[in-house]
Amino acid sequence: MLISYREALNQAMREEMRRDDRIFLIGEEVGYYQGAFKVSKGFVEEFGSQRVLDTPITEAGFTGLAIGAAMAGLHPIVELMTFNFGILALDQIVNNAAKIRYMSGGQLSVPIVIRGPGSAAHQLGAQHSQSLEAWFCHVPGLKVVAPATPHDAKGLLKSAVRDQNPVIFIEAQLLYSIKGEVQEGEYTIPIGQAELKRQGKDVTIVAYSKMLLLALEVAELLAREGIEVEVMDPRTLKPFDLATITASVKKTGRLVIVEEGWRFAGLGAQIAESVYSEAFDYLDGPIVRVTGADVPMPYSRPLEDAAIPDRDRVLAAVRRLVKGGN
Amino acid sequence: MDREDLLTLYRQMLLIRRFEERSAEMYALAKIAGFLHLYIGEEAIAVGAIAAIRADDYVISAYRDHGHCLAKGADPGQVMAELFGKATGLCKGKGGSMHLVDAKRNFMGGYAIVGGHLPLATGLAFAVNYQKRDQVVLCFFGEGALPSGQAHEAFNLAALWKLPVIFICENNRYGMGTPVQRAVALYSNVAATARSYGIEAEPVDGMDVLAVRALMRRVVKLVRSVPHPYFVEATTYRFMGHSMADPAHGHYRTKEEVEEERKRDPLVLLRQSIMNQKLGTEADFKQLEREVGEMVAAAVKFADESPFPARTALEEDVYIE
Repeated sequence: MLISYREALNQAMREEMRRDDRIFLIGEEVGYYQGAFKVSKGFVEEFGSQRVLDTPITEAGFTGLAIGAAMAGLHPIVELMTFNFGILALDQIVNNAAKIRYMSGGQLSVPIVIRGPGSAAHQLGAQHSQSLEAWFCHVPGLKVVAPATPHDAKGLLKSAVRDQNPVIFIEAQLLYSIKGEVQEGEYTIPIGQAELKRQGKDVTIVAYSKMLLLALEVAELLAREGIEVEVMDPRTLKPFDLATITASVKKTGRLVIVEEGWRFAGLGAQIAESVYSEAFDYLDGPIVRVTGADVPMPYSRPLEDAAIPDRDRVLAAVRRLVKGGN
Repeated sequence: MDREDLLTLYRQMLLIRRFEERSAEMYALAKIAGFLHLYIGEEAIAVGAIAAIRADDYVISAYRDHGHCLAKGADPGQVMAELFGKATGLCKGKGGSMHLVDAKRNFMGGYAIVGGHLPLATGLAFAVNYQKRDQVVLCFFGEGALPSGQAHEAFNLAALWKLPVIFICENNRYGMGTPVQRAVALYSNVAATARSYGIEAEPVDGMDVLAVRALMRRVVKLVRSVPHPYFVEATTYRFMGHSMADPAHGHYRTKEEVEEERKRDPLVLLRQSIMNQKLGTEADFKQLEREVGEMVAAAVKFADESPFPARTALEEDVYIE
């Protein structure tokens, strides 16, 4: 069936909440407003306000509440209106959710999903346009998932809800309305598995979340020039499926990483380091990163465009690598 | 008053006192490292409050958590082993003094980011309501946490959603070295903080274990029958420094002040009360000292003789497979 990313998330949560009444949804505007981005449309009607909880605008408070509820045996899904606001809940996520299992020597666990949109949309300004996945990936105890397609979003969200660990599930505002084919019926996609999104032999592009769509567009354009791009989507950022990515790089000999986040200490730096360690001898050229600019996101349209990886920059990076390497 | 009941309360406070005195000695001998925050002087609050709840009720605390953990029934040997960083510790040596957890007794942990565990307490209480159970949650914290944003967010959510959590503010008058008058705007009436969210609040003499228990029995009954939050301000005094890193008085308070407060030692007060009522004798107290002394000595011996965690434990317990 062809459905939107938004609808895929809606179906995943709905199916899981029907299956297990320990699961509840909590966050700002998730109930009667139907979600700031309408992801929880129809939920309060189906599950009632005891399981679909509108909160005050207090991210630390309601995220901490959900973590405490998870410690006591419930399985909360926390919706952050955006991950920018999740910064207010970082103490709860980093100091509590991620560490409680370890600090307690395995006595307690925190089965929780914290989800919402990350990255930039259109001209939302510096405080609403951040790609913070690297922050979460840095913290032991968290899993981080960032699917790009409706199919992956549904299958991975269902797995995240069933996971016994805290899972950070990063969506994107610009993906919500994009449609894609989703498998009929019940399915899950395991956390921690990358997927080959397009086969090629000349160069590998690793891209996730909405940068995957950019990578696929570039691959299509380069095919006309005779450059066969292999596109790999890690889908899960932590734990990272290095084996699958490395296998692709060993085949193509070249790697371009496209990420929307800030360049310095960004996720691509870690991916590059890992691939260098595993596949250095197979590389025909340096690993290239196309990243967001190291600036707070500007409001003005041309400046914003300049701060985010775009088609031309990815095209140029791939062409340079492929031609330079020959 | 029942003699056995009073002697039991005394024994519990005495256990915490002697346990922590030995912990301080072990710290001096470098058997214990890191931060060690002693509860000495405040024992009546944990013992009185926890005496008023059921075994399946939840308790959660801040980093000064030895007293609450022991009062909830944790094995002193396992607690001492945790302080020693041993594999036999409550948390296999991974938590330490500030992060004791005894999940099977619903002691849900000590947390060391000031204010950060109050939202967790509301979550435990939320789960109780959600699952239509009838437990209550005791959440202990110092007055230093009161001005924190997370405390206020927790008060608001608890009041809004009628969560069965009893916030127990242990007001020992100092957040580390800063007196409450310089940290909390409503310092002379900290309960007003909770009342401003519509939470009922009462003060209690935190040096009087019987007063604490009596108030808590009443409050627990109310909260258990109709779930809602409650706030208790237990006034107390920390006889030792903030942690082992600083002396009992130092620059921020005088030796005279500490000596004056020590006259209201909760153990001394209860002992005098028992003696005055002729419900106990010198011999009884000697006997208790002997028993508790042996228990603490056994805890230290257990901790000392236990192995450190194996290197293979390093990466265990980060994730559940």
